[in-house]
Amino acid sequence: MVKAKIATTSLAGCFGCHMSILDIDERILKLAELVEFDKSPINDIKRFSGQCDVGLIEGGCCNHENVEVLRAFRKRCNILVSVGECALMGGLPALRNGIPMTECLKEAYLDGPSVVDGSIPNDPELPLILDKVYPCHEVVKIDYFLPGCPPSADLIWESLVGLLTGREADLPYELIKYD
Amino acid sequence: MSDKIKFLMEGKECTGKPGQSILQAADDNGVYIPRLCYHPDLKPGGSCRVCTVNVNGRNMAACTTPVADGMVILNETEELRDLRRALVEMLFIEGNHYCPFCEKSGNCELQALAYRLKIMAPRFPYMFPERKLDATHPAIFIDGNRCIQCGRCVRAAEEVDHKPILGFIGRGVAMRIKAGSSKGLAGVEIGPEDACVKVCPVGSIIVRETAYRTPIGKRTYDHQPIGSDIEARAPES
Ligand code: SF4
Ligand code: FES
Repeated sequence: MVKAKIATTSLAGCFGCHMSILDIDERILKLAELVEFDKSPINDIKRFSGQCDVGLIEGGCCNHENVEVLRAFRKRCNILVSVGECALMGGLPALRNGIPMTECLKEAYLDGPSVVDGSIPNDPELPLILDKVYPCHEVVKIDYFLPGCPPSADLIWESLVGLLTGREADLPYELIKYD
Repeated sequence: MSDKIKFLMEGKECTGKPGQSILQAADDNGVYIPRLCYHPDLKPGGSCRVCTVNVNGRNMAACTTPVADGMVILNETEELRDLRRALVEMLFIEGNHYCPFCEKSGNCELQALAYRLKIMAPRFPYMFPERKLDATHPAIFIDGNRCIQCGRCVRAAEEVDHKPILGFIGRGVAMRIKAGSSKGLAGVEIGPEDACVKVCPVGSIIVRETAYRTPIGKRTYDHQPIGSDIEARAPES
């Protein structure tokens, strides 16, 4: 049997959702039977080797690079899943959405109480920050959503197995939580 | 006049009492109609429309429509479910609802409704509006980011606490909850025991120093969907 290919990434997230993927514990052995990991921070593969079946996205889009990566995932993955509150609605990083950008940068790099000789970073190497943090589905088409901060390992497991085996995931009430 | 009203709910014969709304009669028959702005201790507000049911072919708010003899009511059609989902999704995108760190998470009626309606993500774009925090009072604060304009606190202040200290300013999408003093909450007489504080369905009106006391797994809606208590009232048939 050809194994399904799966890719994952963390955009403006905290890696908590990836930790939750690892939280499936020994089921990871079963997962390894079902899938082969392509581009992912879990195996540190940086480039797509080809078309993938499933892409898991952690985090929303707060800068230009996030948008590029998300678009690449959309192109390379047949099914794209938003994983966690940040991917779904921006999450904690989106707290800046109500504050003007200049004010944010000034507070962080110039006027903050712990700043000494601050300056606003402006290196060409740095990806440009966006006007606000965007949920992934406002940037590309997302096929499925797994809410939670992070989504529980059981939710991730049940949904993945459902996707990979082609049967509708049976998600009990307790698995769907926004916190 | 008979003191029993007979109606059909989802094809099931039910009885109600004169003066009851459809929602109250359904409650007594163990049928849960989703609701948000309704509170059993207050006069119905009829503003959220989450309680919309189909009565004899027309959609009506169950909390404000009196139950009547011969009504044929539908509650769980796919159309109504989708309408309710849309309403709840709009409330999520219209405010700033950060469930991961909200004090009310797990006990919040908006969140619990979204769980019950199986909302995985809203279909509308987030608005990220600018809302204000009133932290002027030593014991209570109002976080406007989370207010869903249900009006429960306003009604409770008037009807139960008998002091109209809260109200709305602005209209439509710009409507905001506000304490009736230029000094904000600090300028009004309000305490943690007031009904207007307790009836808030979301984390908008919060009593300070009470947050995060209940561990995850023990909160109101961790295991049972909202409305389970009402469904448990279903008479044996
Ligand atoms: S503060 Fe709470 S009770 Fe008052 S209108 Fe807003 S959500 Fe409703
Ligand atoms: S509960 Fe009936 S309109 Fe809000």
